[in-house]
Amino acid sequence: MKLPGLRLYALVYLLFLYAPIFLLPIFAFNDGTIIAFPLKGFTTSWFGQMFGNDTLARAVRNSMIIAVSSAVLATTLGIFAARAGSRFSFPGKGGIMGLIMLPLVLPEIIVAVSLLVVLLGMGMTLSVFTVILGHVLICTPYAIAILNTAFSSLDRSLEEAAVDLGETKWSTFRLITLPLVMPGIISSLLISFTISLDEFIIAFFLAGNEPTLPTYIFSQLRFPKQIPMIMALGTCLVLLSIVLLTIAEYFRRRGIARSGGKDTGGFL
Amino acid sequence: MDWKSRLRRVTRTEAFSGYALVSPTALYAILMLAAPLATILAFSFFKDGYLVVVREFTLQNYIDTWSDEIFRAILMRSLIVSGLVTLVTVLLAFPIAYYVSFHVEASKKSRWLFLITIPFWTSYLIRVFLWKVILGYNGVVNSALLGVGIIDTPFQMLNNVPAIAITLAHAYAPFAILPIFVSLEKIDRALLEAGQDLGESKMMTFLRVTLPLAMPGVVAAVLIVFIPTIGDYVTPELIGGGKLPMVANMIQAQMLPLDNKPLGSAIAVSAMVVVALISFGFVFMNRRFLRGQK
Repeated sequence: MKLPGLRLYALVYLLFLYAPIFLLPIFAFNDGTIIAFPLKGFTTSWFGQMFGNDTLARAVRNSMIIAVSSAVLATTLGIFAARAGSRFSFPGKGGIMGLIMLPLVLPEIIVAVSLLVVLLGMGMTLSVFTVILGHVLICTPYAIAILNTAFSSLDRSLEEAAVDLGETKWSTFRLITLPLVMPGIISSLLISFTISLDEFIIAFFLAGNEPTLPTYIFSQLRFPKQIPMIMALGTCLVLLSIVLLTIAEYFRRRGIARSGGKDTGGFL
Repeated sequence: MDWKSRLRRVTRTEAFSGYALVSPTALYAILMLAAPLATILAFSFFKDGYLVVVREFTLQNYIDTWSDEIFRAILMRSLIVSGLVTLVTVLLAFPIAYYVSFHVEASKKSRWLFLITIPFWTSYLIRVFLWKVILGYNGVVNSALLGVGIIDTPFQMLNNVPAIAITLAHAYAPFAILPIFVSLEKIDRALLEAGQDLGESKMMTFLRVTLPLAMPGVVAAVLIVFIPTIGDYVTPELIGGGKLPMVANMIQAQMLPLDNKPLGSAIAVSAMVVVALISFGFVFMNRRFLRGQK
């Protein structure tokens, strides 16, 4: 049965989802300090303003350090958990996996506040490092979700064949398992990077005086004069996310195709 | 030696391998999540001294929290906003999930899901701010309506609960679509044909076969939207103009500027307990749909 109404609804819904993203570049190139219609003219000066801003440069550097470290650590932890979860059964598995996946549903403010209390209690100074601790926690569930698909679509007989042919456990993992789940790993790295780069609340609580990109953006949204530059910055960030996600999606699909699984679609 | 072979027997079991593999991740979650959550719980029963926390058991924080009219009003507002957001998000999301699952060719499904998830991954702060631009006094909607000549004076659309609800419904859309999509995908299409062969109309087949089978996805969507939105900090701050604080804003105020960590903890714990109770109640209400599920 065909429902033309449903298709129309789906298209309108996509428009609703994309409306803010379409507006972003319009205002980033608009030659006016007020973010409203009618548009004034074309300019690239807002992009020029981004360079030469010292605080922004520091925020970018901090965010890059945080996002790369979080992505690597979360994916490493994700590999352990996804492998354990998809290959072995053990008592208490549900509870343990439940705890690891909990940040997926827990409000981020609860994660942020509880980590803040503990880290300050331990006498730690808030810095880029403390933000990484928090971001690893919230990126790991996403990494596991992606890696689970990669590990569970793995044909176990391939590994058994390698062991029968005299490979050790470790060399089997390195030569057989790792190459097969590599697309999943790359996809998980990119997704974790994107999540960390965009995360605000935890960085807001745990960064101390160090700016990250989202906390810098949040602090600037109060000043109307800064908004056009933030729109330009946002445009760059959106472009970066779309590129990273497209690469992640490419690897995710290739991974599924490689292990011969069926594409059920989508992250999460 | 006997203990050596016994040790080897233990380390060779599947359970041991599983524990060994999961332990780094589990340890991290215990140290960085379970322990901090337990600390918050403990703090909520401690006294607040100046700049320090006095480790003496007291229920005063909870008494203060629940006797505070402002807290009750803010909690009520948070629940109403989250409930509204959940309702709107899930109702809007269901037809999309249904469309992608039943009317899109199998080869194009993952492209649709990719399109749906992209906006979700782009800067949350900037997306929220752009809703302010869209709904603002001289924003996109008002400019368009003025330009067409439908209205003479712009609408005041910001700083109210519906504006917060629209922004959050936009932010959490993929969270609602994906679980519903997954449960729709699992439905055996032969069941639908059977329903119609036995003389049910399309509408009745949908109501009596498709919808009950999709309920686990709907329940998951409701929970995954409802629980995090209660704790949203950015949207009430930006879209509500700081005049319509929700629980997260209150927790932040107690934790950072006011530096009353025990009271902040008590507020956080109280809010989470209320949210957990509502969530359990919701799952319990829908338990007949969830039976037989793994």
